[in-house]
Amino acid sequence: MKPILRKIVILITVYYAYMVEYRSELILWVLSGSLPLIMLGVWTQAAQKGQFGLTPLDFARYFFAVFLVRQMTVVWVIFEFEKEVVQGKLSPKLLQPLDPVWHHVASHISERLARFPFVFLLIGLFFILYPQAVWLPSFSNLLLFAIAAFLAFALRFVIQYTLAMFAFWTERAIALENFWFLLYLFLSGMIAPLKVFPEPIRAIALMTPFPYLIDFPASILIGLPVDLNRGFLSIIGWFFFFLGLNRLLWRAGLKKYSGMGA
Amino acid sequence: MSIIIAENLSKSYPVAVKEPGLRGTINHFFRRTYRQIAAVQDISLEINPGEVVGFLGPNGAGKTTTLKMLTGLVHPSSGQIRVDGHVPFRRQEAFLQKITLVMGQKQQLLWDLPALDSLKINAAVYNISDREFQRRVGELTEMLSLEGKLTQAVRKLSLGERMKAELLAALLHRPKVLFLDEPTLGLDVNAQVGVRDFLREYNQLYQATILLTSHYMADITALCQRVLLIYQGKLMYDGQLDKLLEQFAPYREIYIELVQPLPTEKLMYYGDVQLVEGRSVRFIVQREKLTSTVSQILADLEVLDLTVTEPPIEEVIGRVFQTGFV
Repeated sequence: MKPILRKIVILITVYYAYMVEYRSELILWVLSGSLPLIMLGVWTQAAQKGQFGLTPLDFARYFFAVFLVRQMTVVWVIFEFEKEVVQGKLSPKLLQPLDPVWHHVASHISERLARFPFVFLLIGLFFILYPQAVWLPSFSNLLLFAIAAFLAFALRFVIQYTLAMFAFWTERAIALENFWFLLYLFLSGMIAPLKVFPEPIRAIALMTPFPYLIDFPASILIGLPVDLNRGFLSIIGWFFFFLGLNRLLWRAGLKKYSGMGA
Repeated sequence: MSIIIAENLSKSYPVAVKEPGLRGTINHFFRRTYRQIAAVQDISLEINPGEVVGFLGPNGAGKTTTLKMLTGLVHPSSGQIRVDGHVPFRRQEAFLQKITLVMGQKQQLLWDLPALDSLKINAAVYNISDREFQRRVGELTEMLSLEGKLTQAVRKLSLGERMKAELLAALLHRPKVLFLDEPTLGLDVNAQVGVRDFLREYNQLYQATILLTSHYMADITALCQRVLLIYQGKLMYDGQLDKLLEQFAPYREIYIELVQPLPTEKLMYYGDVQLVEGRSVRFIVQREKLTSTVSQILADLEVLDLTVTEPPIEEVIGRVFQTGFV
């Protein structure tokens, strides 16, 4: 097996075993992503009067799709990384000929794999409770959704990992993440689909990476009209932008790293 | 041809200074002042392949910072380093394949899984084939007496077993240069002896170069012929261990607890009295006279308890510092 493939497979299998140790926590983590479901309740009620351009059914499907996207794109690398820098636990990883980021990528992917059974259960539950909302996306939509969701995960990861780099300079990079999360909440489509934003706000939002993390993949899944080219090109463009920034900050940050905590 | 060369190595850290009290907190928020800590000052050294060298020094002397610079973890403030021709801070794959750093209190093994799982990751990371992996794990398991322990969750191992498992993980890729930072810290006597025996065997088997920091004299005496004494960031002594010991620590400390307190004049007969507190007494005695003095004390006085210790390393080093370079 090619060396790089072997490393990826082994990292994922070992971290999967690690995640399975946390079975009960996994259920809770899945459920803690339930903000979209609350939004679902709020918006379906509000849309009864019909002034939003989307029916209550559209909203129900949209927020359910948002819930799914969130399950697939949740990222927590900044918390782990900041802990590693502050406690000096980054050191053993720096001594190995493998960029430490791969451990985090592997643990995220394996957590996703471990999470899937619970997510499928919740999908089933949703459809039992709201049979009128059941829909089957076309195969092409499903495929595009899978690609968009995966890219959204990659983008979210690289953005948060870039914010995590500030842990080399401040001891509270997580404060940056909290601020970013606020923007993410409002501009990504988590609180409301971009369709219902006033036009100027929507135009501004589409120039940021946020809508491509939630609204874009969710809209594909429920069959809303989206600009696919713009969407995919934007995600890929933002990904490489943050990747470049990340590598610069990583190199600079290592010079500041003192391996403290020893 | 030296395998490790360091020239004029220095490292300073800025540390924020905060005055106590509310005023201090407010100032700290608006205008921070920094103090430079010179952790390592102008250290130069050369180590040959196969040598086992000890770094001695009290806490905060700069031993660990020096090791971190030699392994590429920390960027030096100034100076040059070459380890087997590589610049450590560049962290090239070829360099990382040749070294290992074991830090006494840090672990790389995943806590909730058996050590074997973490070892599999290491094997993949260092491109060790499955067959070679099995062979090396078998060999190291035997050398470290870890049979049956690698399939238990790491958190279930005792401290000594965990430390040995960390050593196994650190040596799986058969590095040429071993950097060990306080490898026996916190271990009981048996585990300490086990680790020392293993390192000696490993050095003889693979001609690995070993740099060891410790503030346990026993680690150094068991393994190293050559020592580097580091104190307040500076290199105070670089040479043979027996010369250092002869010169600066030719004595032992004896603590006794008497049944009844005795006057100091009477106690002075047995050795240099350092401290008398009620029934507790501390002596300093020349090493050659140790056995005879102890026998005499036990014969003449009514003693409840007696302990013989080496002088604390800080004292020895303090004396080196006071008397200047050897």
